[in-house]
Amino acid sequence: MSLGVVLLCALLYIGILFATAWRVDAQAKKGQSKLMRNPYVYSLSLAVYCTAWTYYGSVGRASASGLSFLAIYLGPAIIAPLWYFLLRKMIVISKNQRINSIADFISARYGKSGHLATLVTVIALFGVIPYISIQLKAVSFSIDVLTEHQYPYFKPDAPLLADATFWVMLAMAVFTMLFGARKLDPNERHEGLVAAVAFESLVKLIAFWVVGLFVIYGLYNGLGDLFTQAAAQPETARLFSLSGAGVSPTSWTMYMLLSALAIMLLPRQFHVAVVENTHPRQVNTAMWLFPLYLLLINFLVLPIALAGKMILGSSVPSDTYVLTLPIHEHLHILSLIVFIGGFSAATSMVIVSSTAISIMVSNHLVLPALIRLKLIGQETTPRGASTLLDVRRISILGVLMLALLFLKSIGGSYDLVSVGLISFTAVAQFAPAALFGMYWRRGTRKGAIVGLWIGFLIWAYCLPAAAIAEAGFLSQSFITEGPWGIAWLRPYHLFGMEGMDNISHAAFWSLLLNTGAFLIVSLYTQPSALELTQANIFVNIHRYVAGEEYDVVKRAAKISDLRRVMGRFLDPSHVSGIFSNFEKENKVKLDQQKNAEPELINYAETQLAGIIGASSARLAIGSVAKEENITLEEVMQVLEQTREVLRYSKALEQKSSELETTTRQLIAANEQLKALDRLKADFITTVTHELRTPVTSIKALSKILLDYRAELPEEKLHSYLNILVSESERISRLINQVLDIEKIESGTDEYLPSEPFSLDEIVRTTAAGMAQLFRERSIEFTSDIPEETLEVAGNRDRIVQVVVNLLSNALKFCDTKEGRVSLSLQKTATEAVLCIGDNGKGIPPEQHEHIFDKFTQLNSKTEGKPQGTGLGLYITRKIVEHHGGSIKVVSALGKGATFEVRLPIYQPNF
Amino acid sequence: MSNNLPPRLLLLSAIALLLFEYPLLSLADKNALLGGLPLLYVYSFSVWLMLIVLTALLLRRKKDRIP
Repeated sequence: MSLGVVLLCALLYIGILFATAWRVDAQAKKGQSKLMRNPYVYSLSLAVYCTAWTYYGSVGRASASGLSFLAIYLGPAIIAPLWYFLLRKMIVISKNQRINSIADFISARYGKSGHLATLVTVIALFGVIPYISIQLKAVSFSIDVLTEHQYPYFKPDAPLLADATFWVMLAMAVFTMLFGARKLDPNERHEGLVAAVAFESLVKLIAFWVVGLFVIYGLYNGLGDLFTQAAAQPETARLFSLSGAGVSPTSWTMYMLLSALAIMLLPRQFHVAVVENTHPRQVNTAMWLFPLYLLLINFLVLPIALAGKMILGSSVPSDTYVLTLPIHEHLHILSLIVFIGGFSAATSMVIVSSTAISIMVSNHLVLPALIRLKLIGQETTPRGASTLLDVRRISILGVLMLALLFLKSIGGSYDLVSVGLISFTAVAQFAPAALFGMYWRRGTRKGAIVGLWIGFLIWAYCLPAAAIAEAGFLSQSFITEGPWGIAWLRPYHLFGMEGMDNISHAAFWSLLLNTGAFLIVSLYTQPSALELTQANIFVNIHRYVAGEEYDVVKRAAKISDLRRVMGRFLDPSHVSGIFSNFEKENKVKLDQQKNAEPELINYAETQLAGIIGASSARLAIGSVAKEENITLEEVMQVLEQTREVLRYSKALEQKSSELETTTRQLIAANEQLKALDRLKADFITTVTHELRTPVTSIKALSKILLDYRAELPEEKLHSYLNILVSESERISRLINQVLDIEKIESGTDEYLPSEPFSLDEIVRTTAAGMAQLFRERSIEFTSDIPEETLEVAGNRDRIVQVVVNLLSNALKFCDTKEGRVSLSLQKTATEAVLCIGDNGKGIPPEQHEHIFDKFTQLNSKTEGKPQGTGLGLYITRKIVEHHGGSIKVVSALGKGATFEVRLPIYQPNF
Repeated sequence: MSNNLPPRLLLLSAIALLLFEYPLLSLADKNALLGGLPLLYVYSFSVWLMLIVLTALLLRRKKDRIP
């Protein structure tokens, strides 16, 4: 086939596109175009996702690694159900903020940051230009194949004008300049362009199915036959499964992730899905129709690849199977149809990409520079829409020229899929800033900038830099040994990571560190007031859609200035239209005002932003509008919502901590109750045991007395009766003590308030009363009681009980042969100190605390039966404690024991 | 409007991810033929088609409920 025929077909096809776009644009101008509101057209325009990469590259990929190409289409298919809130939110935000590119979107979210807009634009440029260049390459090689190599596509030395690629590129550029930069529209809608793209989506799908059906039914007897034949050859049979084709699970996963992000973040996808959207409802249809389109265009890829491999093998590049199969059968018309399909896939991508990129380049790179350099927006500079459109058109041409230059320099050595994936990895860097930005208010401008820079640099180092080295522009050791021989810096094995393909490896590190940096820096930096407002609008867009937006940075400007500055970018009629719209919407008369309200400035800025981008508009309006410092009150208003949320979360936190404390207290109380329960049980056991012993002996003795009363000698009888009496006394003592404890513990005992009484007198009387007992046992008893009166308050009888208890203990435990007991009463500033000491065996230190417990008796293995009930000291301690005093014992084994009681001295209230 | 739609769509998306991701994918990733077609080929496209049909059904139901 001659080159002339092929080029004629291509130009005819572009002519059809022109006609379509022209008609739709004309209808839209008259306001008649229902096409744009059609959700099916919208869904088809999303299929600009399927480029020449899909059309030619997938087959090439499938013939090498089976179904691995599917990951690129399954990612979008899996995320499509989420569009219902994800993409729709993006659209509502963008419409509300007059956002017209992904750079604008990210910049607007983080306080309309110019830095971010520029950064995103640069990343997009780096990512997309190679991508555009491979589309040109695909067109170029398809012409080459069709003309049967009369025209070898890859001729680096050929002069530009003799290169068919150049002329094809030029035709695309003209189309894009006409329909992608046709008029200035704050909505940035290009009805003709979208219609053309939707039409192209149909063309490529139909063309692909035509060739697919030809392969299946023309070359084979249906799918079954094709697969059966393929199964017979090991070379093709291995492509039936991913493991057989050698596709690693990591790559599969990473490709799905990358494509799921790219479907929303690629500049051209953002453009057709968000900017060109006319109603969020259109998304509902796209959610199933677009994945269906992807399914259909991928369904025949594997059969074509298998057929190509079986029929043509490696005699031609596998990327060209779609085209070479019909040529092989000498079907010229069919091969032309295939060519047109591929051509449409390439052109739609090029047109939309260059439109989207040119909006970003002119709004975020060129305009800010021109405004700063005072080359535009000044009194003396050329005015109006035409300048802006010229900038846009030059950007389109510039982008396409760059793509062509890239192709002619290094792009030729790359296959379709790799370049596409490198591009995907670049735009995936927008994900943390863009996606977190819509749901996480805490994300800050600094976080987004740091994250994007890190992601971009890692991407640039791991993929393009390494690719440049591979192409021979740098030493090979850069890849194999790392720069300066540093092994952990090898671009394909960063930090020594092994076992990942180059794309997955770069995507993994760049996305991981990008996201990490974004989150960490965001948490450690504070957003500005403007960032806060924007964050609030993005995250809570549904609160703002119906109502009006409030402004944080209050600005003042003269209305005339505002008119003038807008007039520098727009036609006078357009400016008047904007102002009268504002009057209508807000029911105000602007003629009567001199100064513009902040609402008007905002309105003007938003309208202008639709045309020159948010950050440029801010810059332009900023030249006339003076920004006032925000008042505290206004900040409070903005922060109100934040505070509310904080309050709520704090309240929740407090509730939960309160609950925790209560739980802890309950657990403790429960433990205490359990312990008390145990004690009570122990107490009862001990008491009954203590009671049983005397009762048993009383019972036994009484029985003896009853039976042998007459036979017993007098003295025996006497002694038995004595025992009976003492045992009964013991029982009654025990019962009294138990009753005492009961009284003391239940708090029914009367202690306070009560009259003060003199302690020294009590001690003196009690000591005197006991003196006889000591004398009977020949124990030396000394007492040292001061003359002065020592008054304490409380229950007199109980204090007597304390002294008696302690003295009887001393009596019981002092040395049996040379017993000595001492008593002293002293006075300190606030306390009366009563010490009662003996010279008995003493108490081992580990028992000091223990002896004041219930039923504690010193282990008396050596002494046989313990003396007493074991309740005396317990009762003593309780009484002292109830009087606000304390008791302790000072003792060492073999050195006697001294009990020290401290009671507070009565302080009369004057 | 039904508030159940977003969580249902989220669930659908999660199930699709599970089915197209290892280790579940490896169940279908075999060099076998099913009815004359490669098993993985049949599996991928039928699960995919089901995902599309279910999404469309969920959205269709929602439309019905709006008076």
